[in-house]
Amino acid sequence: MSIETKDVTKRFGAFTALDDVSVEVPSGSLVALLGPSGSGKSTLLRVIAGLERPDAGAVLLDGVEVTSVPTQRREVGFVFQHYAAFKHMTVRENVAFGLKLRRLPRREVRRRVDELLELVQLGGLADRYPAQLSGGQRQRMVLARALAVEPKVLLLDEPFGALDARVRAELRAWLRRLHDEMHVTSVFVTHDQEEAMELADRIVLMNRGRVEQVGDPRDLYERPANDFVMGFVGPVTSFGDLLLRPHDVEVRLEPAARTTEAMIERLVHLGFEVRAELVLPDGQRLLAQLSREEAGELDLERGQIVYVRPEPERIFAKAQ
Amino acid sequence: MLADPPRIRSRAPKLALRGAVLAYLALVLVLPVGAVVWRTFAAGVAPVWHAITTPDALHALYLTILVAAIAVPLNTLFGLACAVVLVRHRFPGRRLLDAVVDLPFAVSPAVIGLALILVYGDRGWFGGWLAAHGVQVIFSLPGMVLATVFVSLPYVVREVTPVLREVGEEQEEAARTLGTSPLGAFVRVTLPSIRWGLAYGVTLTTARALGEFGAVAIVSGRLVGQTETLTLFVENRFEGFDQAGAYGGALVLAALALLVLLGMTRLRRGRGMPSVAPRKENR
Repeated sequence: MSIETKDVTKRFGAFTALDDVSVEVPSGSLVALLGPSGSGKSTLLRVIAGLERPDAGAVLLDGVEVTSVPTQRREVGFVFQHYAAFKHMTVRENVAFGLKLRRLPRREVRRRVDELLELVQLGGLADRYPAQLSGGQRQRMVLARALAVEPKVLLLDEPFGALDARVRAELRAWLRRLHDEMHVTSVFVTHDQEEAMELADRIVLMNRGRVEQVGDPRDLYERPANDFVMGFVGPVTSFGDLLLRPHDVEVRLEPAARTTEAMIERLVHLGFEVRAELVLPDGQRLLAQLSREEAGELDLERGQIVYVRPEPERIFAKAQ
Repeated sequence: MLADPPRIRSRAPKLALRGAVLAYLALVLVLPVGAVVWRTFAAGVAPVWHAITTPDALHALYLTILVAAIAVPLNTLFGLACAVVLVRHRFPGRRLLDAVVDLPFAVSPAVIGLALILVYGDRGWFGGWLAAHGVQVIFSLPGMVLATVFVSLPYVVREVTPVLREVGEEQEEAARTLGTSPLGAFVRVTLPSIRWGLAYGVTLTTARALGEFGAVAIVSGRLVGQTETLTLFVENRFEGFDQAGAYGGALVLAALALLVLLGMTRLRRGRGMPSVAPRKENR
């Protein structure tokens, strides 16, 4: 089922959280709402779920306007950053919550809950309470709870935000597989560009309540619409009037056309990549990223004078 | 589980602290209550039984329970609503409301009784109008309920507010996305989460309602067999040198309060789910 927001505006007092936001989420896709904190991404997700009412604009699910339809009748699954587990209920009761509300026969509820718990790999923990689960297990439990009612769309608000790095990576891969199997239209909020790039088919990049750019991960990285997008989706460095990625800085030992002299101030070896911090004659600093092989061939050393220029096809003009 | 810290200090300070606490409790709580029990039965069981089964005594007991049975549910509902407003709503005057809720703690019950007479008495602001429409507040049940509601108002609010704040709204939001109305979400998800705070608040309210003396003494007019609650009965008998009646009544009051406390303890143990602490299989 597709999701669409049309010119949605939401204010909290004097603060404008969403400023005329229009976004389309195609049916069956996995879309990331990416942006720094305060960019309005969570608010947009809550507006789609009906947990916030927009001051202006419309929300459409499958082409039908639902702006004034209350949350409980929108058939959306929602996963909260801090789990929002029902603490006084067991894992089984949590997952069964929505099914019981729908007055399904008890055996049917039991069967579906068992199925879901297998799916989220919590089969043996059905009688535990949320307090007895780890963060990752809790998040899988609330995911099962949201999926139990077969929502038309799945909305996830920073779903991995409260987890440590390793569990996070595991859950990410798992969520991607789950989405590929179930094809439920999903939108997740994140401030982590890597997470967005790894998981999403499409990224909606937001800043200060507005949409800066919508596109697939490669689009955003290689054809950013503006400086903000460029800076948010990957590392950037300034080269005169140019803004470019550090790996698009060419480092040479001999001068050539359009090269500038630079001194290596610091070299950082990070396994596969080597980062060179350079100083230009005018005192400006520049960051260059090289592969280990490139750096080995050039045999770079601290204090050495090199010649740098931007890789011509990868320039993004600052003045644009 | 955490290992015990190494024992270096002597046990003497610990024992002294424990002893002091127990001695204090014994002196100010256990001894006087024990004395009431002992004194009650000084002349045997028969006179006491006789004294607390007179029509006046039974009516006083009935009235005490009736007043509490009306005031406690009222304050439970109001207390819940007030806590929700205090925790979840933001509006000018919220802090004032927060302060006003504590008024019954700060104001003497005698003042509360007089204030109620000023408003609802025959010559009070509403009293005349109400009397003209056949409703007598002062010197009858409505006034006593009002006085009891007033003095026992803060307990539920004060016990529920912090737990409600801690529980937050996310669980309710999750319940709504799963298909329940806002009120349904509150009843199914938040209410069970705050039940201990609520139960404690209700217990305190009940205990306070049963034991109320000052405000009720003023608004009831203390008509024996009509508007005399058990606390008033006890004082009345004490003044009249009826020791069996006074101590018998006091004992019934103490027993009622004890029942309420035991009731809550049982409720707490009856449902074997952990509210916070994980159970042993988690080790």
